[in-house]
Amino acid sequence: MAAPYDLNDDSVVVIIGSGAGGGTLGNELAQKGIDVVVLEAGARIEYEDFINDEWDSFAQLAWLDHRTTGGGWRVSKDFPNLPAWIVKAVGGTTTHWAGASLRFQEHEFKALTNYGKVEGANLLDWPLTLAELEPYYTKAEDKMGVTRTHGIEGLPGNNNFKILKAGADKLGYKECHTGRMAINSAERDDRMSCQQTGFCFQGCKWGAKWSTLYTEIPKGEATGKLEVRPNSHVIRIEHDADGKVTNVVYADKDGNLQSQKARIVCVAGNSIESPRLLLNSASNLFPDGLANSSGQVGKNYMRHTTGSVYAVFEKPVHFYRGTTMAGIVQDEARHDPSRGFVGGYELETLALGVPFMAAFLDPGGWGRAFTSAMDNYANMAGLWIVGEDMPQESNAVKLHAELKDKYGMPIPDVWFTDHANDVAMRNHAYRQGQAIYEAVGATRSFPTPPYPSTHNLGTNRMSEKASDGVVNKWGQTHDIKNLFVSDGSQFTTGAAENPTLTIVTLAIRQADYIAQEMAAGTI
Amino acid sequence: MTTIYEQRPGLSRRELLKRGTIGAALIITGKAVISPDRAWGMEAAALKPETMATLIKLARDIYPHDSVPDRFYAIAVKGHDTKAAGDAAHKELIEAGVADLDKRAGAGGYRGLGWEDDRVAILRDIEATPFFQAVRGDLVVSFYNQKELWPHFGYEGESYSKGGYIARGFDDIEWL
Ligand SMILES: Cc1cc2nc3c(=O)[nH]c(=O)nc-3n(C[C@H](O)[C@H](O)[C@H](O)COP(=O)(O)OP(=O)(O)OC[C@H]3O[C@@H](n4cnc5c(N)ncnc54)[C@H](O)[C@@H]3O)c2cc1C
Ligand code: SF4
Repeated sequence: MAAPYDLNDDSVVVIIGSGAGGGTLGNELAQKGIDVVVLEAGARIEYEDFINDEWDSFAQLAWLDHRTTGGGWRVSKDFPNLPAWIVKAVGGTTTHWAGASLRFQEHEFKALTNYGKVEGANLLDWPLTLAELEPYYTKAEDKMGVTRTHGIEGLPGNNNFKILKAGADKLGYKECHTGRMAINSAERDDRMSCQQTGFCFQGCKWGAKWSTLYTEIPKGEATGKLEVRPNSHVIRIEHDADGKVTNVVYADKDGNLQSQKARIVCVAGNSIESPRLLLNSASNLFPDGLANSSGQVGKNYMRHTTGSVYAVFEKPVHFYRGTTMAGIVQDEARHDPSRGFVGGYELETLALGVPFMAAFLDPGGWGRAFTSAMDNYANMAGLWIVGEDMPQESNAVKLHAELKDKYGMPIPDVWFTDHANDVAMRNHAYRQGQAIYEAVGATRSFPTPPYPSTHNLGTNRMSEKASDGVVNKWGQTHDIKNLFVSDGSQFTTGAAENPTLTIVTLAIRQADYIAQEMAAGTI
Repeated sequence: MTTIYEQRPGLSRRELLKRGTIGAALIITGKAVISPDRAWGMEAAALKPETMATLIKLARDIYPHDSVPDRFYAIAVKGHDTKAAGDAAHKELIEAGVADLDKRAGAGGYRGLGWEDDRVAILRDIEATPFFQAVRGDLVVSFYNQKELWPHFGYEGESYSKGGYIARGFDDIEWL
């Protein structure tokens, strides 16, 4: 089992966060015989203890530390202290996630080249190509057991999917299926198959859905080379006079400050906490924060162009039964500027229970227009829009000027305003979503505004040149050789696809690079 | 503590008649609000019972579900009384907010306005106030998060203990 490492052991790789990026990287390094300490702010809650209840589960798993938000997006008004819906627990947001696992498309790695300069957007090409990532995508899909890849069968479609499919067929869409999902359609990797419980967002109590909590982490621990330290909230990364990082300071479960030495530090706290940590680690040598010579740390915050369409039918649907994300339409994911915007979007089924539907259908809504919709809950179908949003410098995770957390560190203040391209795309997607449902007899449909961000990206972006971004093509910071970023904050642009498969892919690839460089003695 | 009880014993129909209102309206006696059919009652701890009665009406006007009995609205707003007991500012927010509603409604007060439309017109005017925001923001959780209410919406709730829906209709749609 996991060897506990000494606080003064300066040979270990320290990973901050145990979610999609951190949990995967930890296991991959441990499998190569590298000593790893994962510091995780949240508690370790095993999947048997997950709760089939939306608000109770939210209280159990969500990141509820104080945050503020501003900018033109509606979330800042409706949920002023909840810019993002992400998790604070071992396994990170892979406990909550739905499992949709799509590769990026080739053109999406070269957004600036393919879309051209977009006014007001800070577009850039990834310093990577699809071809370079393909072998790693293959490994990630195999690891996660993604359906419709490697001969793994698709999941059966639930009622919500059947409606989507019937509507998509009527509209002439060709690419509609039950998705590529990191959910077992049959027993695999010692985990059982999906029981269609319908609480994917609350943590899968069967373990059928991939999460680092019960795949990567125990596998890494079994090597004896990985220690996961829960309830360990990192507040600062420190460095020596040469500018190499040396240790991280964290608050332990009792709130006492500890310092863990490290040979290498990998930041994987998701796209709000990761830049916050780098900014909060400012020092005399790095007055603007670590790895921030470009000034891009915290900038270019992306959250996908999202929104939902719910529709009411004359007869029952019971869309909450079965996998939450039970199917997808991919026809609109292409880049086709004739639609009035660059980039594309996916349409994926989504269902919420009554408590979340009430909170999210029309935040702030009330009266009979609202309750007559709720009264038809059993007759509803629903889908979620996920499309490429434009990186903008002014959309940023900043340090709050006044408010501090209980450790005295400035809290994050998340600024976001839609780009005109985002608005045009969302409106197009609303129309298509509503058309799908109307084609199969919806009597009423609702273009529902975005929820607090579940996909948080781009705040430590990857770039060819050190002046354009924070990390290189390996996720290694341009400024500090032994400091890495290992989560979705590396994304140069967001693409139309859900991000996690790509986060995992990059983490597998990064592990190879770290092992190689350690062996070569360069870090 | 705010308490809600069912079948409050002791008060006969005659007694209630003696005390005043009966019919569709909520009954207020001492510190309690009692349902017209006496199926349930609620003891207020910090807020005036009249205030609780108005909050119940207000809750229904915000989220009107005609076949849902008042009891669920009473449960949903009782948190304000509990909170007011330990939080003077909250008590003031609610009492002043309700007093304002009554003032805007004129003689007979908010509960005295017979038409929902007339009450809703007042609510549209005060929609942006901290009072309305506090009541609605709390209500969207305290009302819709009541498990006993989910069958009304056709929502089945927890499903793990029943083995999920794999054999219970996840794909049973027939009308398509
Ligand atoms: C409801 C929901 C549904 C989703 N569905 C999908 C989907 O279908 N497909 C998809 O691709 N993506 C989905 N996502 C998004 C997906 O979960 C995230 O993209 C992914 O988990 C991000 O990985 P990460 O490693 O960047 O961060 P996370 O998985 O969030 O992990 C970050 C971890 O770091 C910890 N941490 C943060 N700061 C510190 C600190 N200072 N010290 C120590 N620990 C810290 C956090 O507690 C957390 O455990 C969904 C998300 C949600 C909320
Ligand atoms: S629907 Fe399937 S994947 Fe989702 S929680 Fe239930 S068993 Fe797990």
